[in-house]
Parts: sequence; C-alpha cells; structure tokens
Amino acid sequence: MSDTRIITGNEAAALAVKLVEPNVIAAYPITPQTSLAEKLSTFVEGGELKAEYVRVEGEHSALTVCISASTVGARVFTATSSNGLLYMHEQLHWATGSRLPIVMCCVNRGVGAPWSIFNDQQDSFSQRDTGWIQIYCRDNQEIIDTIIQAYRIAEAVYIPVMVCYDGFVLSHTMMPVTIPDYGKVREFLPPYKPSVDISPENPVTVNPVFFPWRRENAEGVLCDGYMEKRYKLQDALLNAADTIEEVSTAYGEAFGRDHGGLLWEHMTEDAEIVIVGMGSIASEATVAADSLREEGIRAGVVGIRTFRPFPRKAIATALKKATIIVVFEKCVSYGCDGGVSSDIKSALYGTGITAPIHNYIAGLGGRDVKARELADAVKETINRIDSGRPENETTWLNCHTG
Amino acid sequence: MQENIFKINDKEYILPGSRACQGCGLSLAYRYILKALRENTIVAIPPSCLCVLHGLYPTTSVTVPAINSTFAGNAASASGIVAALNALNKTEITVLALTGDGGTYDMGIQSLSGAAERNTNFIFACYDNEAYMNTGTQRSGATPMGALTTTTPILTKREKKKDMLKIMEAHDLPYLATVSPAYPVDLYDKFVKAKRIKGTRYIHIDTPCPPGWVYPAKDTVRVGKLAVETGIFVLCEIEDGKFRFTGRSETLAKKGKRLPVVQYVERQGRFKKMSIEQLNQLQSWVDSRWNEYMKRAE
Repeated sequence: MSDTRIITGNEAAALAVKLVEPNVIAAYPITPQTSLAEKLSTFVEGGELKAEYVRVEGEHSALTVCISASTVGARVFTATSSNGLLYMHEQLHWATGSRLPIVMCCVNRGVGAPWSIFNDQQDSFSQRDTGWIQIYCRDNQEIIDTIIQAYRIAEAVYIPVMVCYDGFVLSHTMMPVTIPDYGKVREFLPPYKPSVDISPENPVTVNPVFFPWRRENAEGVLCDGYMEKRYKLQDALLNAADTIEEVSTAYGEAFGRDHGGLLWEHMTEDAEIVIVGMGSIASEATVAADSLREEGIRAGVVGIRTFRPFPRKAIATALKKATIIVVFEKCVSYGCDGGVSSDIKSALYGTGITAPIHNYIAGLGGRDVKARELADAVKETINRIDSGRPENETTWLNCHTG
Repeated sequence: MQENIFKINDKEYILPGSRACQGCGLSLAYRYILKALRENTIVAIPPSCLCVLHGLYPTTSVTVPAINSTFAGNAASASGIVAALNALNKTEITVLALTGDGGTYDMGIQSLSGAAERNTNFIFACYDNEAYMNTGTQRSGATPMGALTTTTPILTKREKKKDMLKIMEAHDLPYLATVSPAYPVDLYDKFVKAKRIKGTRYIHIDTPCPPGWVYPAKDTVRVGKLAVETGIFVLCEIEDGKFRFTGRSETLAKKGKRLPVVQYVERQGRFKKMSIEQLNQLQSWVDSRWNEYMKRAE
C-alpha cells in the first residue's frame, strides 16, 4: 500500500534525505531552507537516520565539510538558500573541480540587497557556471523523487547535483506526496563508492597545484594539466544529460513516476503558443495554458527541469512547431536578458526556428504570479506580435517601471 | 627533562626534494610532525606554503594522504574528514589541519572557531611564519609590530600581533601547545601526546622563514632558538586549562635568564626599520606576557 501524506516541500526533501541515508549532513540555517535543516536534526537526534550531522558556523563551511567528507568516501547532503548559496560560491567550484557526487537542495529565494526572504531563482541561477547539475522541481512530489534520483545521477557521473525548488511556494506549502518505499530506494540507489581511495596505503595529495601543461608522473606517464581537467568536467557535464534521462526513466519504472529527465511538456503536440518556465512557475503556466485553450488559443507548456546541463536539443525539438514562444522566469542575467530565455535563444541558433521569443521577468522577491496573469501576459504577447510591434523583448511582469 | 633525539621515529614521511624554500622552518616542523603522527594520518591543506611543499601534480614528496581545500575552510575541511571517518568507522586515523597564520588568524578563523567550539576530533596546527609568505610576505594578523612586509613597506606594521593561543584557549580545548622546529624533541613529544587526546587540539608552531624574515637560510634553527631564548616565543602546553612551561622555556623560567629581544630582532632584515619605541614596546609586551605565564605556572 502506498504511503501518501500531505506535507510541505521541505518535509518532502527531509524524507528523501532520510531514504537515501547519507553518512554526513552539514547545514546552516537560512530562510526558507530552515525547516529542512531542523527536520533532519530531528531524524538524526531521534535515531531515525544514522548520520554525522555537522552543525557548521556558516554555509562556506557546510559545503566544505561535504566536500572533504565526500572525498574520503561519505555520501553527503547539504541545503541552503539565497545568500547562503552565494556564500558557498567558492566551494561550489571546488566541489565540481573535485568531481564529487554531492547533493544539495537550494530552496530558491531572492538575493540581497535589498533583503527579501521570498522566492525567486536568482540564487541558483547566479551559480549557473559553477559546473553543478541543476534540476528544478515543480511540486513536492517531484522534490522527494528528484533528490533520490540526484544521488544516482551524481554518483554515476561524479558531478554534484543541486536540486532546486521554490521557497515558500513549495517549501512551505502542503501537498499530497507519495513516499517511496525504503526497500525499493535501496535497490534503486547502490552504496556510494568514491573515485579515489584515501588511505595510508594510497597516500595521494588530492587537488594539488596543476600546471598549465601536462606533466609526467613518477612512472613517466603524461598526466593531465589544468586545462585537461577542466575539459573533462565540461565533457562529463554534457554527457550527464543522457544519465539524467536514463535515471528518470529507471525511476519511473521502479516507482511509477517519471517527471521528465531534462524537460517536461504539457499539451505541446498541437500548440502554437509555447510557454516555457522552470520550477513552480512552469507548473502555474499549465493552468494558464488550459484556460487559454478554453478561449481557443492553442497553448502548451515546456517545463525546463534540468537547467545545467542545458537541454539544447530537447528544447529545440520541443519548440520546433511553436509560432510564438513566451518565457516566464524568475531570474535575470543583469545587463543582458532573462537568464533562461537567453539560453533558449542560444539553443535555437542554427536550428531554423525563428519563432519570436517574448520574455517575462516575473515574481522576483516573491511577487505573486497568478495563472490568470500568465494567461493575460500570453495574450498581450500575441497582440503585440499581431499588431507588428517589436518582438524579442523583455517585460517585467506586474512591475511598476514608469 | 632530558632531551633524547634517538627516541624519535626514524621513518621519513617527506621524501627529499620538496618544493619548500631553502631553510624553510615549515619543512623542518612538518618532518617531525609526521614522524610523531605516523602514516595513519590525513592532512588537510589550505592554499599556502604547505600546498607548495606538497608539490605539483602528479608528483608529491609527502607520503601521507592529504586533501587540499580553500583558504577560509581548512578547519571545516578537516571537520568533514573527521565526520566521514566517524560515519565510516575509521576512527583510528588522525586528522591534522596544518594551516598557515593567514588561514588561522585571518581568513580561517571562522571555520577554526566553529570546529573548535564543536570540539571536532582533530589536531589544528598553525605554522606561524608571521605573514602571507606564499604570496611574498604581505602583512597578516600574525605579523609582529615593527616588521616590514610588502604591504607595510615603509612604515612597518604598526599594530601588535594577535594572541592566537589566548583566542584558542577561550574555546576550552582539552590540549593546547606551542612548539618550535628549533626544538624538535619538544615538538615531537607534543604531537605524540596530542595524537592520544580526543577533541580539538591546537598546536602553535613558530616557523622561521628565511626569505620573509630576511636572514640567511642557514640560520633558521638559530633564529628559532633566539625566539625562545628572548621569550618572544614561549614553549608551553595547556592541558585541561593547566599551563606549564616546557623544554628550554621551562629552564628559562627556572633560571630567569631571558635574553633581551633586541638580540632576536637584530638578526632579521624585516626589523631594520623598527623604531626604538617599537622595540621597547615589544620588550615590554614580551615581559608582561612572560610574567603572566610565570604566575599561571606557579
């Protein structure tokens, strides 16, 4: 019999972590991640989860603990939000350069200054180029399932995975969630094996100084220089797309839920207007698309689940038949464009797809975004394009810009 | 205590040909530290002289496993190693975070204080060469007053050195000690002792540095000894809150014949612009700390 409970996103995340049984957890509290860190403390202190929980003095240390623990063979977990994630930035690079299968939850929140405790995705978006795999969840069921998948992905490709979900919108909102069976999770997720054995018998110095050129080891074998190391990270990250798809499919077979590996689609088969989003805003967009359909507008939704590696081919395929593309996003590449839409444009270059792309920056710092407003924005885009007004623009939705 | 060099483990853990400078105080200290801790040790390394000493990929002169991390996080990195070893039931391994003064006094103090407050089961050793030596002698919180550095190139450092031992003692640690590579038996004994104690152990290493302190490379041991003879650096240990002098400092405390600090200062080019006022201040600071220690040792 399935175990279904009405729980928050943070509870779903905590239950997932309990199921994957990490050896080491390190975390520092920050809104809206806090209740996740608290729940895990209760599991560990209550004896429900056997793990070393290091209550660190800051997020930089939280990830540092995970990095070194993972290096010596522990399965690890951490979670943060907003400025906490920014404070980890140096270690985000260190984790990927070290090729460690760390899994972290980013409970998405706007970044300061000025302060906001509420949701947008600027925190994880601004860590885009650190080499982490980033997967965005649309609901609480997807959170619990994605964390379990994340360990299998990370431990297969030796790249850390950031499981992102919207603060408050998901983290503090209760939804029905089916809890995966413990025995099945054990089968799905084999024990972690580190890539390098750290022991007195194998006295390696991990991550020493690399030179620009390749150098010979004691046996005369030419070994990687810095650039080869970096190339291998990029190559592994690009190839991780296949692993993400495979793991999503395997999870679907084992647990009956496949959330889509790289992206998911909603009524796109015959859609002329395709709405693109990431996380809960994409989920909200499905409601908007349904209401547009009722008005006779053939709308569909593409939800980007994996933001890095960016699913270029899958995006191009999903948008092939679109006549208008509307992107709703909660992050900005300041001085350039919306973060997601600029990647979409880059993915479409050379594919022959020339549909106009209208980009809406929405919901920054927790500003409410209703499905009706998304539908209205889509209609406004259609009007603009029909009336020959300039396309390929960015609009800040519900924002007083006068 | 009779010093007996022959009792020291004769196995070498640093192979000849490390990348350290000629006369490096750290190499000398590290050699005896590893002899004391032996092979069942994992070293946490921040970017520093120690990182350079370990060599360039894919070769290293050090025969114990070591994990590099970032500047601010060496104590957190060691905490991660300790947590993983606990979780994996490998508690027989000693974890050593060997960190320069920048990574201890300045950038690393947050993660160090956090790890110490959690009484993390590791040895944190600060090799204090009193400036950012790896980047070429810039001022740190450990630089003594009156020293020239490349970021105090004209006026010398105007502020006093931070008392790191006192800061660490305030964490109520089971064991704190100071050592100098000029006194290898004392250093060896303290690391052997520290290895047997559980919880956070803090060991402060006075680390003479020929290029940074500006003295001939052959004089490292001499300068290290003068630091102790003058009381600039005091060999001691604090066990469960109880202070005691050790080695040469213990003898000095009994006989009361410290040399004036000028004899230490005049051998080093970094102090060539030190004013008489600064020298007097340094002497009076050394005297007052010595008296404080004398009271505690009673």
